Amino acid sequence: MSGPTPVYRYLASRIAGMLMVMALVAVIVFVLTRAASGDPVSVLLGDQATADDIARVKKDYGLDKPLPVQFGYWLREVVQGNLGQSIFLQRPVTQALWERAEPTTLLALMAVAIAAAIGIPCGIVSAVYRGRWVDQLFTGIAMLGASIPSFWFGIVLIQLFAVSLGWFPVSGYGAPGAPITERLHALMLPAAVLGVLNSALIIRFTRASMLDVLGEDYVRTARSKGLSESSVVLKHALRNALVPIVTVLGLTVALMIGGAVVTETVFGLPGIGNLVVSAVLRRDYPVIQGALLVVAAIYVLINFSIDLLYVAVDPRVKL
Amino acid sequence: MRLPRLLRQLMHRRIVMLSAFVLIVIAVLALGAPWFASADPNDTAVLDRLKGPSAEHLLGTDELGRDMYSRIVHGARYSLTIAALTALGSVIAGTALGLVAGFFRRLDAPLMRVVDAMMSFPDILLAIALVAILGPSLLNVVLALVLVYTPRVARVVRASTLVVRELLFVEAVRALGVRTSRILWRHILPNLLSPILVQVSFIFAYAILAEAGLSFLGVGVPPEIPTWGTMVAGSQQYADKAFWVVLFPGLAIIFTALSLQILGDGVRDLLDPKLKKTL
Repeated sequence: MSGPTPVYRYLASRIAGMLMVMALVAVIVFVLTRAASGDPVSVLLGDQATADDIARVKKDYGLDKPLPVQFGYWLREVVQGNLGQSIFLQRPVTQALWERAEPTTLLALMAVAIAAAIGIPCGIVSAVYRGRWVDQLFTGIAMLGASIPSFWFGIVLIQLFAVSLGWFPVSGYGAPGAPITERLHALMLPAAVLGVLNSALIIRFTRASMLDVLGEDYVRTARSKGLSESSVVLKHALRNALVPIVTVLGLTVALMIGGAVVTETVFGLPGIGNLVVSAVLRRDYPVIQGALLVVAAIYVLINFSIDLLYVAVDPRVKL
Repeated sequence: MRLPRLLRQLMHRRIVMLSAFVLIVIAVLALGAPWFASADPNDTAVLDRLKGPSAEHLLGTDELGRDMYSRIVHGARYSLTIAALTALGSVIAGTALGLVAGFFRRLDAPLMRVVDAMMSFPDILLAIALVAILGPSLLNVVLALVLVYTPRVARVVRASTLVVRELLFVEAVRALGVRTSRILWRHILPNLLSPILVQVSFIFAYAILAEAGLSFLGVGVPPEIPTWGTMVAGSQQYADKAFWVVLFPGLAIIFTALSLQILGDGVRDLLDPKLKKTL
């Protein structure tokens, strides 16, 4: 039944959908940043600027044209990989983003690894012993984790492990040009903050996904074959339950790129979230625009790749 | 499920009742802040800076000698008001959007693509950008958060609408020639009440955390207004000398958000027959 045609049709519709979301993201980002009432040029030039100066700089940056025209110009450049020039940093936005990419990416990966290491085992145990005290304990912990503000948890961990015990630096990302080990060391506490708090979500998802699978016929078959409970749970059930869990892990990585603003700020990490906050405070539109666009594009692409991965690995995903 | 029966069943769960009690206490403290507070939340006393908890200052004082307990009680007013308005606004807007998308097939795909696009931004990043555009004020923080959470509600309501619209009774009222607006309002919406109720409590909790995060970053509520977020933001550098300046506002946030989530979870457990079966 499933010849090559449905696969291509599916791929085409998925790609079309993804491109449409991307286009909408571009429109949203553009409208948002241009709707701002503040005038970046007068902020940049200060009180001393004459009307002529302002007009000249506006012309240089193309800020004197009507909005749809500006959008057209902008989109053409964006498609070519040019996100414009930061007004304050005096360098291309892509370069500014690239310089901030490393801490943010490493932080997201470390945090998700921690979240998975805590969340998946706890979620499995919760599902297997559902309704018992362990389940209630882990479910409670998951809800607690989702109720703690990250800045508060960050400050508490800094007080404990950086100020009192001195195991980690209080803030920053190592000296410029420091070896990777020093940078990873500086990322441990912030990664712990994000990882522990996000494990709440992973516990919930793993539990729900495992409960779904544990009720399936093939799990009953595995049990009735006389397989040990650990083999049933870990080999037969977990493998199938992993699909939605991997999705959440992937999307969590995507959301942490740009979504770890608060944690990056608490720990003084020179990441993308931090870049956006300073850009917002300085009304540096090109940077806000570029960062929002790149961050959302990463999310859309990761989401899309996960969907494609399912088609490749799960024979049950019907097209 | 009918609301009174739901309430009766919720009353049988001790943990849910406890969190409801916590929320009522916090709400009463917030509403009666001028009476419950032991001091003016903005009264500074240089000689009483960073004093630990005592009989006079129940939760200690901050770096300007202001009474922490009174500030938390007054802060509850702002934090809870922002969160409540956010929950209300995004649930109304999201329900309208989700109903329309779920009921009218033609509008479904375009509306949901917009929702997808909005949800491609990390919540906090979108909120920061929106507040930056609107300007930092109480109302604008609410507006920004409503825009952030509306797509989330829309998704949930749309999914439920898709299920309800296929039910036999909807077909029946349609066959009777009932107006579409009336079908939506009188027949579909009441059946969505439970998932909407769950969303209200969760978004309430998220909004408390988000407002605190925004205020902490200095892009939310102006720092002179005492919310739980601005309290932590203003005092964090004194955390090593006086842990209570950070500890207590944080605990206020945690208790409130946790209670709201337990409440929402309790409602969902009772309403979701699939979950009930497995529990």
